[in-house]
Amino acid sequence: MATDPLHQFQIQKIIPIEVGGVDLSFTNSALFMVLTVASASAFLILSTRGRGLVPTRWQSAAEMTYEFVAKTLRDSAGSEGMKFFPFVFSLFMFILVANLMGMFPYFFTVTSHIIITAAMSIAVILVVLFYGLWRHKLHFFKLFVPSGVPVAILPFVVLIEVLSFLSRPISLSIRLFANMLAGHITLKVFAGFVIALGSLGAVGVAGAILPLLAAVALTALEFLVAALQAYVFAVLTCLYLNDAVHPGH
Amino acid sequence: MSDSDRDPDSSTDRDSGLSGRLRDLDRRLGQRRDANRAAVPAEKPRNQNMAMAMRLAADFVAGVLVGAALGLGFDRLFDTSPWGLVVFLLLGFAAGVLNLMRTAGLARSGDGGAGRPEGR
Repeated sequence: MATDPLHQFQIQKIIPIEVGGVDLSFTNSALFMVLTVASASAFLILSTRGRGLVPTRWQSAAEMTYEFVAKTLRDSAGSEGMKFFPFVFSLFMFILVANLMGMFPYFFTVTSHIIITAAMSIAVILVVLFYGLWRHKLHFFKLFVPSGVPVAILPFVVLIEVLSFLSRPISLSIRLFANMLAGHITLKVFAGFVIALGSLGAVGVAGAILPLLAAVALTALEFLVAALQAYVFAVLTCLYLNDAVHPGH
Repeated sequence: MSDSDRDPDSSTDRDSGLSGRLRDLDRRLGQRRDANRAAVPAEKPRNQNMAMAMRLAADFVAGVLVGAALGLGFDRLFDTSPWGLVVFLLLGFAAGVLNLMRTAGLARSGDGGAGRPEGR
């Protein structure tokens, strides 16, 4: 059981709740989402409580995350896009903290389930769609009509553009989920090699050094991927929001 | 130290020596700063390449998946199996390639967003 690489992704009910035939149980996934939100909030609230002009180490870290996301958003969606800052910052912090919490042994990785990442990316695309329609009315659909295309192939191009737009939430969710899932499975498999070889005696222990080194290197890589994927999700959200704010060009 | 036994009218000489040393220090600091700056991007591309590969794969697959889903839905609605799937799968393939080229920065998107340099 301990060496089954997929065991870590199983959903377990902690407090079974059922309302009207719908399973609303509090699961380990829900527990780690609560922990994620709690630790992200605690980090930001506790670190900015002092509000010193000369920041402490924690306050400096919180300010850096703020400025990093703010700069990303302003660079890609302009100052008009800054009204979406709370949305983008919440997404970024949630994904970053959830990914990093997944790096603790025996912890559940919330973002390794496609339902979580799909919910987030659908939220992003709905915000883009509704804000774009509300703000630009029918001009929003200019997004699907590239300029300078001959009329003869325009319907074809528009159809492809619509499909490309619809594929955005899917690629957004697949990327995050696949990265986290693949990374954790690889880590577990290599760690499993160490155990399996190590129980084979002296030769096995010598042979186990190689997968052990790989597991150490993979752990470092996973930390990188955890931060990078949160950043990629935030950047793409900003780019899509830019389409909602300025669809015409 | 050797300046102390010179006559006082050589102060301009000393000043120029001092500013020369300042310039030298400035130059050396600049070199070190440049070296640091050069060292950081050199580290970057490997991580970026992997992120890029994941992005390209996800973008392409997503296009095809959307095409397949729309095709199956179309077939179920209008009972045209398998023509809806065939047409929409091809369109989805085209959309996937379009996504790929936009992500890679090879195609500029007509709508602005996705093809911008930040869209790496």
